[in-house]
Amino acid sequence: MKVEVLFFASFKEQLDCSRLSIDLASGDHVSELCELLSQRGPEWLELFGNPANMVKVSVNQEMAEFNKKLNEGDEVAFFPPVTGG
Amino acid sequence: MKVSSQSKFYDAISISDVALDMDELIKEAHANNGESGAVVTFTGAVRVSDEEQGLTGMTLEHYPGMTESQLASILEEAEERWRLTRMLVSHRVGYLAPGDPIVFVATAGLHRKEAFEAAEFIMDYLKKKATFWKKEHYGDRTQWVEAKESDEQAAARWER
Repeated sequence: MKVEVLFFASFKEQLDCSRLSIDLASGDHVSELCELLSQRGPEWLELFGNPANMVKVSVNQEMAEFNKKLNEGDEVAFFPPVTGG
Repeated sequence: MKVSSQSKFYDAISISDVALDMDELIKEAHANNGESGAVVTFTGAVRVSDEEQGLTGMTLEHYPGMTESQLASILEEAEERWRLTRMLVSHRVGYLAPGDPIVFVATAGLHRKEAFEAAEFIMDYLKKKATFWKKEHYGDRTQWVEAKESDEQAAARWER
């Protein structure tokens, strides 16, 4: 199954990437997506090798946890803690 | 926390890459046929204190779609908690200079207590939850702003 992956703010700059389409196995979770992303290079490994609380994730524009199960066509976004206002 | 795109609060929210029209926002916040006994407005602006010495500007980024939905959710929650007659939230994205308004919040209610509390609640939740990110400019050097523990605590006091 395919998911759309977005990156914002410092992540977008660090990875030099704002958007990716990724193929996952059916039934995969956010955590498996992170594992796949971590293999794309050193900057990726740094962010997704051990995505602790400095990596926030949303699925279909709602905040989510790393154990969230993904579905075909989901929009998954990764970003740092928010700093608006 | 997802809000349908029909949320009546979408009209009360704006995210804009051009300067906030403060005159228009103040006017809109104070439109009143007697239903509001109190109007509170808050404006957050780009600060250059000792901590930001040399700051020349700031860039704000958001997550189009998600951010609007989060702001609508925050307003829906404010409406559940207080009796309010009007709410407005306007937030800048793009490049801002020192002193430029970043965010404007207005709340109107029967009495000042609910209007004050709701305005604080909206700002605390916006800072903690809404997908905006700030990057500071110091001449050619840039630096992403890190989330503050004090903002976490400010939002936590409204949890129930």
